Amino acid sequence: MKFLVACFLTTLLSFAGGLFFPWWVIAIAAFVVAAVVPLRSFQAFLSAFLALFVLWGLLSFFIDLQNQHILATKVAAILPLGGSYIAAILVTAFIGAVVAGFAALTGSYLRTPARKAV
Amino acid sequence: MRIVPFIICAIITTALVIALNIPLTIGGNKTPCIGAFLSPQQGFWQNAEPTNYDFNQSLKFSNLHGKVDVYFDDRLVPHIYAEKENDAYFVQGFLHAKFRLWQMEFQTHAAAGRLSEIMGATSGETNFLRIDKHFRRLGMVYGAEQSLQKLEADPITKTETDAYTAGVNAYIASLKPNQIPFEYKLLNYRPEKWTNLKTQLFLKYMSYTLAGGDSDFEMTNAKSIFSAADFEKLYPTTQDSLDPIIPKGTLFEPASVVTKKPANTDSVYYPSAVVLDTPLVIQPDRRNGSNNWVVAGSKTKSGAPILCNDPHLGLNLPSLWYEMQISTPNYNAYGVTFPGTPSIIIGFNDSCAWGVTNAGRDVKDYYEIEFRDSTMEEYMYNGSWTKSKFRNEIIKVRGQASDTERIAMTVFGPVMYDKKFPDILKDGKYYAVRWKAHDSSNELLTFNKLNHARNFIDYIRAISTYQTPGQNFVFASKAGDIAIRQQGQFPAKWLRQGDFLMPGIDSSYLWQGFIPSRENPTLLNPDRGFLSSANQLATDETYPYYLGGIPEIYRGMIINRKLSQMNSITLQGMQQLQTDNYNVFAEMTRPLLLKYLDESKLSPDEINYLDKLKSWNLRSDKNEEGPTIFKLWWDSVQVSVFKDEFLQTDLPLKWPDENTLLEALLKDSAYKFVDDIRTSAVENISDIVLSAFKEAFKEMKEADVENRLAWGKFKDTGVRHLLRLPAFSRLHLPVGGGVNIINATSGNHGPSWRMIVQLSDNIEAYGVYPGGQSGNPGSKYYDSFIDSWVEGKYYPLLFLSHETARTSNKMKYTMTFSEA
Repeated sequence: MKFLVACFLTTLLSFAGGLFFPWWVIAIAAFVVAAVVPLRSFQAFLSAFLALFVLWGLLSFFIDLQNQHILATKVAAILPLGGSYIAAILVTAFIGAVVAGFAALTGSYLRTPARKAV
Repeated sequence: MRIVPFIICAIITTALVIALNIPLTIGGNKTPCIGAFLSPQQGFWQNAEPTNYDFNQSLKFSNLHGKVDVYFDDRLVPHIYAEKENDAYFVQGFLHAKFRLWQMEFQTHAAAGRLSEIMGATSGETNFLRIDKHFRRLGMVYGAEQSLQKLEADPITKTETDAYTAGVNAYIASLKPNQIPFEYKLLNYRPEKWTNLKTQLFLKYMSYTLAGGDSDFEMTNAKSIFSAADFEKLYPTTQDSLDPIIPKGTLFEPASVVTKKPANTDSVYYPSAVVLDTPLVIQPDRRNGSNNWVVAGSKTKSGAPILCNDPHLGLNLPSLWYEMQISTPNYNAYGVTFPGTPSIIIGFNDSCAWGVTNAGRDVKDYYEIEFRDSTMEEYMYNGSWTKSKFRNEIIKVRGQASDTERIAMTVFGPVMYDKKFPDILKDGKYYAVRWKAHDSSNELLTFNKLNHARNFIDYIRAISTYQTPGQNFVFASKAGDIAIRQQGQFPAKWLRQGDFLMPGIDSSYLWQGFIPSRENPTLLNPDRGFLSSANQLATDETYPYYLGGIPEIYRGMIINRKLSQMNSITLQGMQQLQTDNYNVFAEMTRPLLLKYLDESKLSPDEINYLDKLKSWNLRSDKNEEGPTIFKLWWDSVQVSVFKDEFLQTDLPLKWPDENTLLEALLKDSAYKFVDDIRTSAVENISDIVLSAFKEAFKEMKEADVENRLAWGKFKDTGVRHLLRLPAFSRLHLPVGGGVNIINATSGNHGPSWRMIVQLSDNIEAYGVYPGGQSGNPGSKYYDSFIDSWVEGKYYPLLFLSHETARTSNKMKYTMTFSEA
């Protein structure tokens, strides 16, 4: 349950923050959520990782769908991802997920009592 | 809190964010800031425009004085209807920015020598700092500043440009960070404010494109190698086949500006010496060209004149052109515009139509300056030491310290080449450049007046103040007039003045005056019922001024031949002519080559290719193999003829125009340069033609094996993104045509806009350009016209009244602009 709450809060804060702040607001969102919601470190990492993977993945997926893959295909050719729009979506999702995951991990260690096993 | 894991994770997270937030250099190319670039809420995804995007919008601005309705048709061409004329320019600026902002700024950055600011000193293979220095030293910014004064001194262009600039800036101010165009995100910079100076810089960029070429250094080098007689054989000033814009035999009035040739030209200027020491880089010439023509009602089926224009320029995405209709209480015009400037540039209005081709006159010359010492503080002029002025051009360079170019300014112009910036001959001398585009001029006034023009007199008034780049303005009106004038403010030159580097110690070699506009070659309603221009010389040699080198010959020849044969001309007939692939150059050259070829010395495989050439229908269509074989053979002949002479220098020489060799061989097969001077034997034309075929055969065979013998594949036309990114370009387009052909589509340039206008009571017009209305690579309108352009198809141009536009089912979106 707490895991899902963490996921949800991270998604929500990241999305809302993204409307007003630079992209790295996702790191702050994940950090704050992990510092507040008590989860074991690995679970904190996973919750933020999944939250951002889904958020950035779905956002880019729907944008790409409405765009009929025009831009993602081109960008995937220069990144270089072999011109695959699916790869562009996955890389986007993964980058967001990794940053959020590590930020959450950091946040979780802020809260975790010293010497308590993970 | 667990300190150690916390610190480790915090470091990892911070490092990740930083690494994803700075541009990295991979393989010499900079990458975008990956995090920002990939963010779906801010990065490139935000530029992925939904294919069913709704462009309807209602906007209010305090700058406006009335209401402006804009209807977008199904090709996303805006039709602007403004209650007040200047509001139309505001909206034009707004729409240019909305659809083409990055391109507008990039092109003006290029013009201003500011590419290093965004690209860094070098990127990939390109040395941007060197390019920037070149533009600064050429005086591009200086020229733009001069012309800005004139633009702002004229109330018409001042208010028009102010409104335009305000429109661009209104759009920029409305941009949220996530909405900035794709390329800014890719290169990680931000748009800056538009200014009237940027509009002038764009016009100077066009001057550079169309009137910025010269071969003065190469020609000077040639002068030091070839005797005067040989020089004239390599670089003649006219050709027998020339069919000038103003037909031969037309009488011209004597020159009102009489030029006085300096007394010492024979000893210090004209070719004379035969010095055999120096070296060479072969530089085959490739040129910007264009076609325009107009036929009188006497030759058309409808009885109304038809005007056609296709300017040949570099083929880029986003396109140089943006199509629109502008309707104000004072005029109603349609055509293509330059993102970066107000007005319709090529188009038509309710009363008349106009188009342009490049005049190609030489308006850029160099003077050798004698400085007292290397400080460049004083230079010799008319017998005394004269103080130089200095202009500091500061070039900001991304990622490193700024560079300052300290440019000495003389009466001749800026000192382009000095010890710090050597010329291509590496002679260690100082050269000032005198370029017509340095002068204060107001080209926008011409386009403003053309948009308003109602008749021939208005057209002449509109263009008579136009200075640079010189153009052949073709004109047709509903009243039935057809006209052409080669217009520009051209220096009156004595024979070959400015073909070479000139002495700059006194005023004797300066330009002595400008040809008055009324003496520019002009023709109105000729008996033959048509007028055309295709970058050939404007007149024969009876014109009392020196026109400079010969640009083109063959497109003009074939256009005039076809037009003189055609009668009851229709719009469809004009479309066919504008996209025609007949190769008149090959028609003249093929028999000559075949005449001198001894076929008995060819192998069966070689004969095989020769037969393909013999049976070729002389059309450079995409699937024909003949044009490839012809080109390879002819290029090989040119190299065989000239290479030996040209190997006498390592320094750059001007490769003779291909018409020079053809015309010479047509006259005399014993053309002096046929003999290979490196051998003791005396080669004749048969030897050359045979060895050239055998040499070219290797390339024919190779192309055939690689399945690219078909002309379209061999020529390999592409429309390239301004940053040369293949993914954002349209490459390998199956299209015919080429150099010397009406459909002048070569590898990377060609017809950048095709327009056909019939001046009937209800104007009927067609057009197409190889691009799309949106500059956004993430829009379906980015390259939406390219397939039609490739197929030689046209779109009917919707030239509607406000009332019709409002109710037309062709209009898909509406934007309204009103006073805040």
